[in-house]
Amino acid sequence: MVSPEAAEIRATPPIPEAIPDFAPDGKLRRNVLDLDDFSAAEILSVLDGTAAMGEVLRRDIKKVPTLRGRVVVTLFYEPSTRTRISFEEAGKVLSADVINMSTSGSSVEKGESLLNTGLTLQAMGVDVIVIRHPHSGAPYLLARHLPRVCVINAGDGLHAHPTQALLDLYTIREKVGRLQNVKVVIVGDVLHSRVARSALWGLTQAGARVTLCGPTTLLPLDLLNCGDERDEGHPFAQVEVNTDLDRAIEDADVVMALRLQSERQSGGFLPSLREYIRRWQVTESRLERAKPGALVMHPGPMNEGVEISTGIAHGGHSVIEEQVTNGVAVRMALLYRLCAQPSAEKLETAG
Amino acid sequence: MLTSADPDSILIQGPRIVDPGRGMDAIGDILITGGKIVSAGPRLSPADLPEGCRPIPANGMVAAPGFIDLHCHLREPGYEYKETIATGTRAAARGGFTSICCMPNTDPPLDNEAAVALVQQRARAEGVVRVFPIGCVTKGRRGKELAELEELAAAGVVAYSDDGDPVYDPNLMRLALTYTLDLGLPISNHCQEHRLCPGGVMAEGWAATRLGLPGIPAAAEEAMIARDLALAELTGGWLHLAHLSTAGAVALVRQARERGVSVTTEVCPHHLSLTDDWALGYQGTPDGGSGPLNYDTSTKVYPPLRGRQDVDALIEGLADGVIDCIATDHAPHEAASKQVTYQEAAFGISVFETALGSLMALVHRGQISLSTLVDRLTVGPARVLGPSFEELATLHPGSPADVVLFDPDLDWVVDTGEFASKGRNTPLEGVALKGRVVTTFVEGKVVHQDSLY
Repeated sequence: MVSPEAAEIRATPPIPEAIPDFAPDGKLRRNVLDLDDFSAAEILSVLDGTAAMGEVLRRDIKKVPTLRGRVVVTLFYEPSTRTRISFEEAGKVLSADVINMSTSGSSVEKGESLLNTGLTLQAMGVDVIVIRHPHSGAPYLLARHLPRVCVINAGDGLHAHPTQALLDLYTIREKVGRLQNVKVVIVGDVLHSRVARSALWGLTQAGARVTLCGPTTLLPLDLLNCGDERDEGHPFAQVEVNTDLDRAIEDADVVMALRLQSERQSGGFLPSLREYIRRWQVTESRLERAKPGALVMHPGPMNEGVEISTGIAHGGHSVIEEQVTNGVAVRMALLYRLCAQPSAEKLETAG
Repeated sequence: MLTSADPDSILIQGPRIVDPGRGMDAIGDILITGGKIVSAGPRLSPADLPEGCRPIPANGMVAAPGFIDLHCHLREPGYEYKETIATGTRAAARGGFTSICCMPNTDPPLDNEAAVALVQQRARAEGVVRVFPIGCVTKGRRGKELAELEELAAAGVVAYSDDGDPVYDPNLMRLALTYTLDLGLPISNHCQEHRLCPGGVMAEGWAATRLGLPGIPAAAEEAMIARDLALAELTGGWLHLAHLSTAGAVALVRQARERGVSVTTEVCPHHLSLTDDWALGYQGTPDGGSGPLNYDTSTKVYPPLRGRQDVDALIEGLADGVIDCIATDHAPHEAASKQVTYQEAAFGISVFETALGSLMALVHRGQISLSTLVDRLTVGPARVLGPSFEELATLHPGSPADVVLFDPDLDWVVDTGEFASKGRNTPLEGVALKGRVVTTFVEGKVVHQDSLY
């Protein structure tokens, strides 16, 4: 399963035995690009792995040798604090060598294409590339052209942010106790949110009930209307849309507020922040309509006082800090899953 | 009819002759001598043939006037790494095109006599089919001032266009349509209201949203078409609408035609056959509907591939004549400009060498007749180009022997490695097509002979 050397190191209390090595259906996974190709069972197995990794993070000495000798590169074409540091910490706790490559000061500034940068990293023997890119699909380009590297999407354009979605799922399962039939209201700029899109795949796959809420100009209505009718086979056939937050929030188990970029107002999507706040800010009074003990989540970074009131952001309902903590564990589980898989030949067949 | 021994005589024996200009669709023979059609009609008896005439057996094939393309990009001068006149005209010949009109978005752009003359010279020296440059509407394609349109007409351009970009300023478009009233050439506009599709890279809809890519709504095309139709009506000028792609555009043209507006239109093979979900990359895969998203940059084209309803409306418009002709918008690119993210990738598809194969699918499915298809590739574009092009669109005795011979039923698989074009950018790579060009003649000379025959 792992190299003899790694097996030996396991003798020093390594990662908990509970971590599953493989996808439950036996299918190996090479890349994490979005959650659209994760079955419910695979999601749950990642969440189980996350719980085990969380145990490592709570130890006095947060270090296991599991990924010793593995090289992880974080390749970020967009600014990021939490995602990047979270991946770096995840890799380092597992003893991988983590190299942060930022686009400024690198060959990217000299005009090197994404593909050539990827090929260069592959030639150096890198095991995992964690990529964030402003263009949707950039991680897919690498995944298609780099057969010897595992690619993890840390956010691509408007498209996907699967590790964020997994940490959200983990946080919900940990706090609510389940995902099946949990009512999740996602409020705000869903249209431009890769977090919301990946969460939509993960939540619907795991059996949660999702309601999208926000200004009609910022809802991805095309995503819900596959073709002209919403047939049952459509992955989002059960997703509801309600622009009235006071209604949408009723009986919610989870309220997920999304970051509102200030350029949405100048882009004409909104009349004013004032009107947005009045209609869609997650506030104390609105939260009273949700289930008692409902969770408030936010992928960060927050605009306190815009999409979320300060009281809520730091109040008893908020699990925003837990989300960040869980983010490290989720990324550990994914790095382990991709790196600790058996042999290169078997990976080849994983596609 | 009997002529003396002529080594240049060719007899194409027994093809189905489809010559819509003469209303002909029948099995017959075509005799070519001295680069001209001597006869294209009923089978000839040996007594009618000149001595030494070279027979070309063509049973089961279709012979038609060589295709005329109103809209292609030869990239020379300036972008010879994408295509040259030499490679582009060979690609055209492989596609059965014998006359092609090249767009002026070169570097420098074709906005003056000297630039036009350069293309004409190169075409004579290195080209294998007839090349007719289109001139810019505005100086430098900048959309600020009209180019010297009469000078361009005198130099031999066949139309005006700032293709790649619209003539954005409505008043300038009005003035262009007015100024050209006495020049007799159409203004071909690339209709796209940029402000409706900031950053847009594919059709707005499910597929774009699924991929997280900024969309281009149908309204971006239709809003400018509506504007241009109003301006054509106002000025009486001759408007040609390049590459229609939406059902709404067809409806707008249909209504304008009924009001008598002077407008001609074209549609591209890819808009008649492919849909936006090809960008997902599911087509041509064994499981046809799952697997990771492909972000297939070869599907990135302007106007974008759209939905099934649009494709159906375009086919209907082509069949009933609201759309005059098929134009390829052949837009070759070097590999590097497509091996990037979808948003970075260049717009355009290399079309010449797959055009007939993908269009024949419409005939095989019974959506249009073979003679309508040939009409839209010959008579239709010739009508847009004016009376002097009539003889290039028919096999009438005495006309130049620009002829295409194709096998309507041959199954083949697109292999861009065989392309003459430098542009291998097509979503049809590896796709099975039915119908393939066998031989192309320009003025009686074979400019393409398929290797399979």
